[in-house]
Amino acid sequence: MDIEKLRFGTELVKRGFAKMQKGGVIMDVTTPEQAAIAEDAGAVAVMALHKVPADIRASGGVARMADPKIIEEIMDAVTIPVMAKVRIGHYAEARALEAIGVDMIDESEVLTPADVFFHIDKRKFTVPFVCGARSLGEAVRRIWEGAAMIRTKGEAGTGNVVEAVKHMRIMNYSIQLVSKMDEEELRVLAENYARAYLRLTNTVCEEMKLPEVCTRNEPVYEEYTFEEIVEGIYEVLKEVKGLKRLPVVNFAAGGIATPADAAFMMQLGADGVFVGSGIFKSSNPEAYARAIVEAVQHYDEPEVVAEVSKNLGEPMKGLDVSQLEVQMQERGV
Amino acid sequence: MRIAVVGVQGDVEEHVLALKKALKNLKIDGEVVATRRKGVVEKSNAVVIPGGESTTISRLIWRDGIAEEILSLHEEGKPIMGTCAGLIILAKRGDEQVEKTRTKLLGILDVKVKRNAFGRQRESFEAEIDFKGIGKYKAVFIRAPIVEEVGENVDVLAKFEDKIVAVQQKNVLGLAFHPELTEDTRIHEYFIKMIE
Repeated sequence: MDIEKLRFGTELVKRGFAKMQKGGVIMDVTTPEQAAIAEDAGAVAVMALHKVPADIRASGGVARMADPKIIEEIMDAVTIPVMAKVRIGHYAEARALEAIGVDMIDESEVLTPADVFFHIDKRKFTVPFVCGARSLGEAVRRIWEGAAMIRTKGEAGTGNVVEAVKHMRIMNYSIQLVSKMDEEELRVLAENYARAYLRLTNTVCEEMKLPEVCTRNEPVYEEYTFEEIVEGIYEVLKEVKGLKRLPVVNFAAGGIATPADAAFMMQLGADGVFVGSGIFKSSNPEAYARAIVEAVQHYDEPEVVAEVSKNLGEPMKGLDVSQLEVQMQERGV
Repeated sequence: MRIAVVGVQGDVEEHVLALKKALKNLKIDGEVVATRRKGVVEKSNAVVIPGGESTTISRLIWRDGIAEEILSLHEEGKPIMGTCAGLIILAKRGDEQVEKTRTKLLGILDVKVKRNAFGRQRESFEAEIDFKGIGKYKAVFIRAPIVEEVGENVDVLAKFEDKIVAVQQKNVLGLAFHPELTEDTRIHEYFIKMIE
């Protein structure tokens, strides 16, 4: 077989990997032991972290990529895929995780952003990426940048599902509107969405007291001009219109703490669920992990959701989102 | 005609769409049903186990009684197809990863499978293979298994380099790759033609 015919990291291979996770639960873990519990409970993948989001929130400071040694130990402990988080825009952290063989990278607002202007150009990587999104605009920008999976941002580490629900509802309603737009309206929307890539240009033009138009033919993000970005975003929007859904898998994440939370997110149209602090911050992680897996599979069967919710012990302690000092979801738009 | 797709986890919808398209190409009237509960597989003419995580899919089909329904369909000689994780679950024997995770297999395909045989996701790839009776086919391998050993009654339908990636034993078809991820429905058509 001609080696040139072997193609790694294509869009098909990346999006295909994400599709294999559908209907599944991806669990945050911080040790090989926790990873084994997650695998045993039926998780489709684990997210290897230094601290779960609730602890990141509690400890404050700068949250960075986890110690690669911990990630490697978790990779050795389980046979299911292992994901890990990098800071928004941090190419070097992402290259490091790709080098150790992580199966998917989460460019995540749960960590402190490394770049206030841009996300990583994920097309330049072999490993697939998942990114958070609160709205269709955020989702479409991440997909254009090459994300193979989208997840709601929710509000991580709170055990409060309200923000994830909000983001899923906003996404669904936006898609409903897009599906009825004509070509002209899609073009306008694409241009509106693409403006987020002009933040660096605008900052510099303002500092130099130059009119914005001087950058018309200059690349504004990686090698792309504004016109090319609008065109790319327009193509993604056309796909959204045709499919009446995102062209990549869309998971729920951020604040999911109970089997009923997970089932609710599936009812709202999530393709699967990330559970962060909800499992290993509960009083009985094994039972919670199994129950959430079952609730996701049987999300439309209330008797099953009720049954698996019995005698689980204490869920993680929740937080009122309006009282938070840091809203992680506001990072990376 | 009814074809069931085991829908507990994985790329279920992709198989449903590929099967519907294949039925249309063959001008056959039939329905394709994804199911997460028992009661559907037993009333079907064929069943597909999709790609996904074999550890998860195995756990859920045995717990919910879907596994037993697949086994009785097999006894009736009805076609069964497994892709990637589905291939692993059909197999008689697995490697140390399958054993370590205590993944319970259906054992209706006399092969030994090796999980994640090419490595991790960064080693996942697309390549052209030669599929017996079909010809050149673009195959997508995602953390794919391979077949390491085959029993006497197992036909090898495709290899990638020297590795076995598609096999058939009478009514049971096992693929290491994902025909449901591409637009090419020839393998789904081949499977539908196995239905008597």
